[in-house]
Amino acid sequence: MSAISVRSGTATTEAEPGDKPPSAKRKRTRTKKLPFRVRLRRDWPLLLMAVPALLLVIAFNYLPMFGTVTAFEYYDYILGFWQSTWIGVQNFQNLFADPNFWHAFENTIVLSIVQLVLYFPVPVALAILLNSVLSSKIRSFIQAIVYLPHFFSWVLVIVLFQQMLGGAGLLNHVLLTHGWNPWNVMTDPGTFKYLVTSQAVWKEAGWGIIVFLAAIASIDTALYEAAAADGANRWRRTWHITLPGMRSVIVLLLVLRLGNALNVGFEQFLIQRNAVGSGASEVLDTYSYYYGVAANNFGLGAAAGLFKGVVSLLLLYGANKVAHFFGEDGLYRGTK
Amino acid sequence: MSTALSFKAKPRKTVPKRPVWEEKPTAAGQAAKSVTLGVVVLLVIIPVYAVVLTSLSPQSSVNIAGGIVLVPHGLTLNAYREMLDGGVITRAMVISLLITLVGTIVSMVVSVLCAYGLSRPRSLGHRWILMTLIATMFFSGGIIPSFIVVADIFHGYDQYWALVLPGAVSAFNILIIRAFYMNTASELIEAAKLDGASELRILWSIVLPTSKAVNAVMALFYAVGYWSAFFNVMLYMPADSSKWTLQYVLYTYVSQGATMPGQNAATAFAGKDQPAPLSLQMCVVVLTLIPILIIYPFVQKHFTKGMLTGAIKG
Repeated sequence: MSAISVRSGTATTEAEPGDKPPSAKRKRTRTKKLPFRVRLRRDWPLLLMAVPALLLVIAFNYLPMFGTVTAFEYYDYILGFWQSTWIGVQNFQNLFADPNFWHAFENTIVLSIVQLVLYFPVPVALAILLNSVLSSKIRSFIQAIVYLPHFFSWVLVIVLFQQMLGGAGLLNHVLLTHGWNPWNVMTDPGTFKYLVTSQAVWKEAGWGIIVFLAAIASIDTALYEAAAADGANRWRRTWHITLPGMRSVIVLLLVLRLGNALNVGFEQFLIQRNAVGSGASEVLDTYSYYYGVAANNFGLGAAAGLFKGVVSLLLLYGANKVAHFFGEDGLYRGTK
Repeated sequence: MSTALSFKAKPRKTVPKRPVWEEKPTAAGQAAKSVTLGVVVLLVIIPVYAVVLTSLSPQSSVNIAGGIVLVPHGLTLNAYREMLDGGVITRAMVISLLITLVGTIVSMVVSVLCAYGLSRPRSLGHRWILMTLIATMFFSGGIIPSFIVVADIFHGYDQYWALVLPGAVSAFNILIIRAFYMNTASELIEAAKLDGASELRILWSIVLPTSKAVNAVMALFYAVGYWSAFFNVMLYMPADSSKWTLQYVLYTYVSQGATMPGQNAATAFAGKDQPAPLSLQMCVVVLTLIPILIIYPFVQKHFTKGMLTGAIKG
């Protein structure tokens, strides 16, 4: 889910502004010509086709949005959603008074920053490097390999990391046979943020290059030729042509990353929470789950979830404003 | 991306040709590049290789290696024999496969219909429906309200549909499919309409066959989503281990290290060829890997086309 959500905006931007201005214009002229009834008679099969998806989205995406009223209830599972007592903002007062919540919030922000700094440049660099490989056979082989971990589940990835870096894993076996001190990376809270970042890099960085490769491919090769004729070497060409050519994609993904700053990867933390302890691994999502479902304080959990949703929305809005400020389209154009 | 591949792939047959204006790379630069890319590839391959090998290794090799096996000393299928002889793992595997199959079909039918329904420019209300879908990508109620809706309002606790329906529709996937469908030649569609073909007929006979790449990639995305999910089991049916999916089994018995039930190796193998507990665990890991490794090569070649033609140009 989180993996997709990182990329989700790509499609939106592309799909949305791509067809918005022309269709908006066309629509204005067409709607005048064709009355609603005619269009309904013409388009009802199309509308009918969209209904199943719409129903599912309403049931499982929109109902939960209204379900956030639980955040204002003393939710009782026996009484259910409708009969539970309304307690106003009490849940939020409890939430903001809970040091664990602020700790989870802080963890989320720190992890997000670490991931931004350490993860984000990897696919960009990898794409540039891979693009310089001339043989298309070697290139597609490497692509096939590095895309693969994207399709592994988080449980699987973490088990693989356990076997490599964990207490009984390969790393410690090597350390011990050489007489060095063992280091169980998987349970070390101090380095946990780097561990999860390296897991994210291992799983997603390869897949991440797909967009950047496309951006590089769309750069006019004549630019390189001209630059080379002017004496620009490989590095200068990368710096002055390749990177600027990738700029709008990079900005777009940065905007999305910032908008998703509070989504640092739920399952990843949930799975490793027992091993490393809640001190290092509690993020907003796990807080919401543990205090809500596991500890049976649904109101508090829902309040934490609502807090996160609203802050995320604000972050997305802010990040997009920043992108506009730098002259990029960002997630949507200024029309929305 | 497809253009990148084609323009680089075209001019040569045997040896890759460097553009004339590009300087020859230094030997050191070339070596550094090869080493970096080699390391990247090995970082992906080695863990997978080690896990597969360990699952196939007898107790003796695991003992020699002192854990995960990198050098084979004899291979055995004992771990697989034990895991697949009808215990928790076998059932979990079947459940996972069924959920993935049913889920992918449901998701694809719903998404393809919706994407096609929204793909006609200027059709009635398509922008409103599109907005409704897109909004779900930016705001969600969170875990708790979703749980309450599924468990409390729809009574989905302990029900298999709770693992399928709540995540059956991905607005992102619909948008990609739609962008792809919009590239279908409109003349073909117009012609079919003049011949009296219904919308379903057009979708089935014209649009679907011309967009195999995106359909394959999206089906893979959905399938991988269902196959990989473990949290929904934790949320909706954590109590009854006979209903668990393979990922949740992997989570419980391998990641969290709980002892596997039905590990009756002692009786079944009478101590002779008893697979190492580590091999058994790695066997579960490999079982979660196999379906992906089987399907991946077939779909992998469509990634660039399926992902990007839709997304970038749409």
